[in-house]
Amino acid sequence: MQNAGVSTFLAQLLNGLQYGLLLFLIGSGLTLIFGVMRVINLAHGSLFMIGAYLAYVVAGWTGSFWFALPAAISGGILFGTFLEAALFRRFRDREHLDQVLLTFALILIFEEARSILVDNQFHSVAVPELLDFSIPIVGGFAYSAYRLAVLAVCLAVAGLMVLVVERTNIGASIRAAAENPEMVGLLGLDARRIHMLVFAAGTALAMLAGALAAPLQSVYPNMGDGFLILSFIVVVIGGLGSIGGAFWAALLVGTIDTLGKAYVPQLAGIAVCGLMALVLLVRPSGLFARG
Amino acid sequence: MTQLSRRTVLGGSLAIGALARPAIAQGAPLKVGLMLPFSGTFAALGENIAAAFELCLTENGGKFGGRAVTLVRLDDESDPAKAPANVNRLLGRDNVDALVGTVHSGVVMALVQAAKEKEVPLFIPNAGNVAATRDLCSPSVFRSSFSNWQPAYGMGKVLAAKGVKKAAWVTWDYAAGRESAEGFRDGLKSGGAELTHVLTLPFPETNFQPLLAQIPGLGVDAVGSFFAGGGAIQFVKDYAAAGLRDKIPLCGSGFLTEGVLKAQGAAAEGIQTALHYGDGLDNAKNKWFREAFAKATNRSADVYAVQGYDAGQMLAAGLAATKGDAAAVKALAAGIRATKIDSPRGAFTLSASHNPVQTIWLREARNGENKVIGPAAEALADPGTGCKMPV
Amino acid sequence: MKSATSRGNTFLALAGLAVASMPFWATAYHMQLASTALILSMFALSLQLLVGGAGLVSLAHAGFFGLGAYTIYLLGPVSILISLPVAALTAGVAALGIGALALRTSGFFFLMTTLAFGQMLFFLFHDTPLGGGLDGVFIQRPDTIWTISKAQRPTVFLLLNLSVLAAMYAGLWLLMRTLFGRALLGIRANEHRMRAMGHPVQRLKLAAFTVAGMLAGIAGHMAALTDAFIAPDLLGWHRSAEALLAILLGGIGFLHGPILGAFALTLLEELSPLITERQRLVEGAVILAAVLLLRRGLAGIGR
Repeated sequence: MQNAGVSTFLAQLLNGLQYGLLLFLIGSGLTLIFGVMRVINLAHGSLFMIGAYLAYVVAGWTGSFWFALPAAISGGILFGTFLEAALFRRFRDREHLDQVLLTFALILIFEEARSILVDNQFHSVAVPELLDFSIPIVGGFAYSAYRLAVLAVCLAVAGLMVLVVERTNIGASIRAAAENPEMVGLLGLDARRIHMLVFAAGTALAMLAGALAAPLQSVYPNMGDGFLILSFIVVVIGGLGSIGGAFWAALLVGTIDTLGKAYVPQLAGIAVCGLMALVLLVRPSGLFARG
Repeated sequence: MTQLSRRTVLGGSLAIGALARPAIAQGAPLKVGLMLPFSGTFAALGENIAAAFELCLTENGGKFGGRAVTLVRLDDESDPAKAPANVNRLLGRDNVDALVGTVHSGVVMALVQAAKEKEVPLFIPNAGNVAATRDLCSPSVFRSSFSNWQPAYGMGKVLAAKGVKKAAWVTWDYAAGRESAEGFRDGLKSGGAELTHVLTLPFPETNFQPLLAQIPGLGVDAVGSFFAGGGAIQFVKDYAAAGLRDKIPLCGSGFLTEGVLKAQGAAAEGIQTALHYGDGLDNAKNKWFREAFAKATNRSADVYAVQGYDAGQMLAAGLAATKGDAAAVKALAAGIRATKIDSPRGAFTLSASHNPVQTIWLREARNGENKVIGPAAEALADPGTGCKMPV
Repeated sequence: MKSATSRGNTFLALAGLAVASMPFWATAYHMQLASTALILSMFALSLQLLVGGAGLVSLAHAGFFGLGAYTIYLLGPVSILISLPVAALTAGVAALGIGALALRTSGFFFLMTTLAFGQMLFFLFHDTPLGGGLDGVFIQRPDTIWTISKAQRPTVFLLLNLSVLAAMYAGLWLLMRTLFGRALLGIRANEHRMRAMGHPVQRLKLAAFTVAGMLAGIAGHMAALTDAFIAPDLLGWHRSAEALLAILLGGIGFLHGPILGAFALTLLEELSPLITERQRLVEGAVILAAVLLLRRGLAGIGR
């Protein structure tokens, strides 16, 4: 029995890693948008939902899940660009109360649009055939190849993001903007372009996460709600605008949430919030914030 | 059959309150409030229940107990926090004489509360909270569906008979999940087997990995579960993907494979479940019902439609006994209890606590159908613990 | 934030009288509907102390409302004279604790942390057996002071809710006139200046957060008593957003704004289902209209 306990624990750590990496895709976009644009976006979880439904619809049309991923990314970039230009650019000068309510209205409108365009049902999205097999991991517990592939894709995206943000010129502007939004203008950077880029990227990441998650979690109304809260917590723990911080915070939150669900299911939700409370006590600007 | 139009409802709501409504005369049509989910996750269930109830009304020429019936639809959005206000709308604003509802087990509590307090007959066409026919039972509350305890009991009984010694139950952490776990436990116990673990996750999450990873280490011979809708689809698929399907057989309350087999695909093949209904139940009433329902709606009938239809049959039986007077709750109840309801699931009667005494069928998922294998538990009554029905 | 002018106060008094006279001319149903609006008014008014007062936008407020509601369930049937103060105290203590942590942050972080802490309270009742589970529970209504018959209930609760709202409004009206109230308004206008002038800004904010939480607890207590049914959804952050909407719709710059907003929202929620089943679109459209067009809210029309 001792052995079974250990192998179960290992399997749970892997579950936590996988869940955390998915959280990172959602939270990293959110932290960049907050950090650079200083706009609160409660509808970020709805973008996750839209990505998942898009994957469901595209996979249904084309008969192949493979089209869903490029659709989610390109759809996310287009949709994000549109949202930024049409709405969020204007929300920036508004008070927090207005931003909260406007993005709350977006949640309602997105959900209603989903209801009109698709429907109100749960839908399952089939795992692509190529990855439709399982690999034994530990102690009689197997992992589907697709789940492992999602883990790898998330890791790759995380690496790519760190590379872009830390090593490129655009990344330097983003970092500068995140640290001090007023500086951007002074440095002669085109703030508009940076905002549009960040918002489009953040939207695409959330929608990609939704598409990747669709075969793992099914698609259903309000599916973004839980992720919204968790990704907010990731941003708070990771520190505003910090990609590296979001990465470690996402893994921490994913692991604690998974272990909580496994060992004390009734307290899992509270445990994650408790973690955030602890971080606020010690370092109000985020555990991984610079400086 | 007339359905109250939006406009009439609007007029009613705006009419100055002081205008007294005429006392319910025998000649006036009887108003039945259908408080069901017409939007949100359970919308399809609500639509099937409503359509089948209307089918029953049409079959009776638009009259129950000789009295014309009008229906008032209200979307409960499956939101328990809005439930008290919604019940008030039907009772206070629309002045309905009888209630039918609902799917969500939280929302139904508000209906039960109102039915008890205001002595308006309520017919529950789905929600299986045991409380409604146990400690909260009332002469005015009737259920046409099941108690959460019943299907799971049947499943546990079958497993124990097969020689299973230890089993686990996996479910969402809410009333339906806990109550079905109790049924499973009692069913196992009836054959000398034991429920050793109950694994739960918050409703309606579908990240099952933390639960699945525990299963190999539990040392059980079988895993039973209660999930419905999208959760059921995902759980069955994830169970197979985690490599558990061939090692520890999965079974469950019938909702695990109800209406979702196509989406579950090969992962569901061979899963046994227990429910008070099954595809291809071989009786004349079922054959007629499935045809009539398909003709009326262009959809296939399912267990929810059966429950909605039987809610209509129960109301009809009661009103026949009171000659159309819904307010005579005691006579209405006596009439319903004295009637054998000729249901597509097989005829049933109501227990003293107003829950169906019904056969739970053992089904097996084969080629996208829940084939009925045979009875898992015949004429099974919910224990009805704690029900003190005033006589 | 301005208190109502004399014209506004006259209007409020007349509206109060109209509501108080409902037992003479309205049906039980319409009285229950008015009770719903009165409770939403209390909830939004309590949040107005933070939003219009100190300039703090909190998404945890529904948590305190829900705590107040669940106090009745946890206490069992006791007199309102006991349950009301206990509800206020419970919600106040929770608000003090959460406020102490959340107020360590500001701006976006404050929003995000209140969102997460509000959800923590939600999870407490949604995921654990403490409050009877996610399906919600009935409340056994205590027989307060005298035995209330079923027929009297709508009348009694209408008048009770009206009295509590009136008391709450009067209390806040007075509070905003004290040094404390003026200091809060000062923080909203210019926090740095207040700090530089030596005001204990953090403590003032925490005091406002706690008082607002207590008042929300009272509103939740009245909701539970009136409906006799409570569910964890009462604590969800969507309800906080609805209260914010009531404030904005009514007029953020006015103490009586939330009351106007709450009545307008209740009326809308009652009538709009008759036109369309797409409720979320209606609510979304109202928010857009309130934010983009009605900058000063209903209370600011014609001023």
